[in-house]
Amino acid sequence: MEQASYEHQVAEVSFSQRYAEGQDSHQAQEANQSMNQSKALGFDPYQTQEPRSAYQTYGVGQEHYQAYEDGHGPYQPHEPGYGLYQPGYSPYDDQIPDPEARMLAIQNAKAYLLTSSTTSGLNLYDHLANTLTKILDEQPTNAVDIIENISKDVKWAQFQKKMDTLRDEPAMLPTFESAERRKTLFLKAYEEGDEELEEKIGETPLPNVMETAFYFEQAGIGLSKDEYYHIFLALKKLISAQPIQTCRFWGKILGLEMNYIIAEVQFQEGAEEEETEEEEVTDEGEKRMGEVEDEDEEKEEEEPPKSTYKPPPVIPKEENGTGANKYVYFVCNEPGKPWVKLPPVTPAHIVCARKIKKFFTGRLDAPIVSFPPFPGTEANYLRAQIARISAGTHVCPIGFYRFAEEEGDEDEEGGGGRDTYEENPDFQPLSVAEMVESLSTWVHYVPSILEQGRCVWINPLQKSEEEEEGEEEEEKDEEPDELQQEIGPPLLTPLSEDEGIQNIPAWTAQPSTNLIPQYAVAILHSNRWPGAYAFASGMKFNNIYFGWGHKYSPENHTPALPGPVQKEYPDGPEITEATDPAVEEELAFKAAKEKALAAAEKKNRRVMKRKT
Amino acid sequence: MEAAGLPAALELAAGGGAGLSPEKRAALGASLPLLRRDYRFEAVWFWGCVRGVRGAYYIAQGLGTDRAAPRSRLYSLDCVEWSLLTPLTKEVEAQAEKLKGRFQGDPSFQYEYAEVNAEDAERLLEDGKEPVIKEEDRLIATIDQIDRAVGIIPRGAFVKTPLGSVHENRNFEGLSLMEAKKLSSYFHFTEPVNLKNKTLLEKANWDPSTDFLDSLEHDIPQAFSSTGLIKAVRQARGCCWDALQDGGCVQHMRQEAIFKHHQRGPEVSSPSCYLCCDGGVKRAVGTSGLRGPEK
Repeated sequence: MEQASYEHQVAEVSFSQRYAEGQDSHQAQEANQSMNQSKALGFDPYQTQEPRSAYQTYGVGQEHYQAYEDGHGPYQPHEPGYGLYQPGYSPYDDQIPDPEARMLAIQNAKAYLLTSSTTSGLNLYDHLANTLTKILDEQPTNAVDIIENISKDVKWAQFQKKMDTLRDEPAMLPTFESAERRKTLFLKAYEEGDEELEEKIGETPLPNVMETAFYFEQAGIGLSKDEYYHIFLALKKLISAQPIQTCRFWGKILGLEMNYIIAEVQFQEGAEEEETEEEEVTDEGEKRMGEVEDEDEEKEEEEPPKSTYKPPPVIPKEENGTGANKYVYFVCNEPGKPWVKLPPVTPAHIVCARKIKKFFTGRLDAPIVSFPPFPGTEANYLRAQIARISAGTHVCPIGFYRFAEEEGDEDEEGGGGRDTYEENPDFQPLSVAEMVESLSTWVHYVPSILEQGRCVWINPLQKSEEEEEGEEEEEKDEEPDELQQEIGPPLLTPLSEDEGIQNIPAWTAQPSTNLIPQYAVAILHSNRWPGAYAFASGMKFNNIYFGWGHKYSPENHTPALPGPVQKEYPDGPEITEATDPAVEEELAFKAAKEKALAAAEKKNRRVMKRKT
Repeated sequence: MEAAGLPAALELAAGGGAGLSPEKRAALGASLPLLRRDYRFEAVWFWGCVRGVRGAYYIAQGLGTDRAAPRSRLYSLDCVEWSLLTPLTKEVEAQAEKLKGRFQGDPSFQYEYAEVNAEDAERLLEDGKEPVIKEEDRLIATIDQIDRAVGIIPRGAFVKTPLGSVHENRNFEGLSLMEAKKLSSYFHFTEPVNLKNKTLLEKANWDPSTDFLDSLEHDIPQAFSSTGLIKAVRQARGCCWDALQDGGCVQHMRQEAIFKHHQRGPEVSSPSCYLCCDGGVKRAVGTSGLRGPEK
């Protein structure tokens, strides 16, 4: 095998010249040595390679040095190897050209190469042999450029072999674990209820995730197909585990350590009641605890004065199945991991979530440290953000849903909006061009969340009337401030009514492709919630979210500052300390007082006498 | 990412929800090699896309033999026709930093400078220049900023030759699992800033051919977080490409550099190092008032 890449014409000359000197039967060069001698690639015209295999001799370095005495291409002072090749200064100048002595010199050189290193136990001879073996086996291109790395690898390989007998390689465990989890998704569980499932295939709540993936992919949005399929299977598992009526892949929220995959679900009617019962039981338990504590307090005789502070009334959360809690959300970090149900969202969560902006870490129990302090953990924050995103960005083509025809809805208190909608059987889909051109062809189908934190406004003071009956009369004197009823945009408002931010409209509508308009899909990007997308194509539409879970703001987020420090009671003479008067001073004061009193009496008597 | 490995790399980078439609992918597969031929680049990397309100810019980078040399950047609105972007100048950078809000999607759109800073606008008028900033200039500045903040490579992927030029390390087989978890095995692929400030102890273990860049370990605030292992591929996700100082928002952004694991055995795959950035921008994070890494 010839590595002839370095054969220069000049090299040929030097070759013959060396032979002309008659002394060196220069056989071969170690690629190693040649690298050591000049690091500048291609500079050295003397890096000839033997036409013969490099195996033949290893220890013939010394003649190589002598070759440079020709004075060919004198090295410049800045080039490495400058000093080595001056005539008369090379280290092997004193070689004896005698053949026997040369054999001895060769043996000495070989013995030197075979000496084991004190630190690692390797020797240069074997190492060079292994390196060259490896190079000749693998035959990489431009091996001279990567020779050091190859040499390093050979050394590393030595080490690893020794360590193998001592310990196992646990390094791949995390990969295997995640692969195991994903494998369980693919196993078909053979249960008793399988026959029933097969009959009901047409009515399965499982959404066709791959179809949605296809449409979004046309716009360049979405995850890889593999991940979609895993999510598909994970949703199937969720449906078989829980009594679910409808299910939808809501989207993916990214986090710092792990991500969240979110499924939007509606339970079947019976199943929800069980859960509300559980919550009520815990509430009652808490109330009882509160009563016991009150009794204890009353037993104390001396109580500090009760503060007159009344915390603002807690706004009750919406019932499960209505408003912001219409859907139940399940999350998991990875498809394959168990699904966790998120707790229902309360108005307090939403109000606070509007004021803070925190990355999600990926752990549902992580605390949220913020100001104003968020009343909950990351699970609550996640649920609040999901509620806000759904309310802000879930849209559908106009006409897909229509209001259910019920009478008397408008007379109800609380906004008078129509809350229920149903699918419109007479829906005529518009063309993609029309959908993209104007935003009035899309409507919101999720009610927007009011400032209060609910979808349906409630007067928090009205509800507490029942509680007020039991309180003392004094407190009833304070009249509650009249709260203005909050009204939000009604359901099924078109997107053209959405406000933009600064000069940017709230939505961007585009067809998925300009080249093939016949099969294009209408895509909406939300500008207020970056990461929220919607598509519509014929009778099909869907919404999805891929992002960090935050609203867009052109300004940087500045967290709210804590309130001003409470003022202390103003300094005044009535609370400034002064030393108590000494006894003499008190007596003197008393005497002076009595004197004044006596004087006043005398005056009165004189006046009285004059009158009479 | 290399044009040849684009489809595979996109699959890996798709964790965040951003990707390319099949049409764009096909178009890139056709136009990137032509770019390479026309401009005589050694390598053409697809940098990513910046999404504006009305359209998106697709950015490609052309590199010469020295991978660390200043790169030529090109942009396109449809992945078919590409236009070269001028190199960044300091004035443009200073002007663009003051802009906030999203990109519009139209390269000739002009931002009214007067809105931003009236004094500067007057000064410019006196100098004889118009107080406007073109979106193209803003794009150049933004791309440069993103690269500086989140352009990362795994340790060992590039080697520096004694001549100073930087090449891909053909002997790089990927990072091992333990190495891939640590932030110290990734470097910023920009001019090193902190190298001289390291103590001698730290410098002692360095290999001058591979350790010639700033590592991610000491960034403040921690701009990257290693995310989970998915199919033996490590994704380092740049979560907040910050800017707490000025806005300049385009869209939420994250950058994913993807490295394949060092796998011994028959499944060894070719080493690849990718850089994929979506929708350049600065994300405001309301956690603390720390300054971003580049300031």
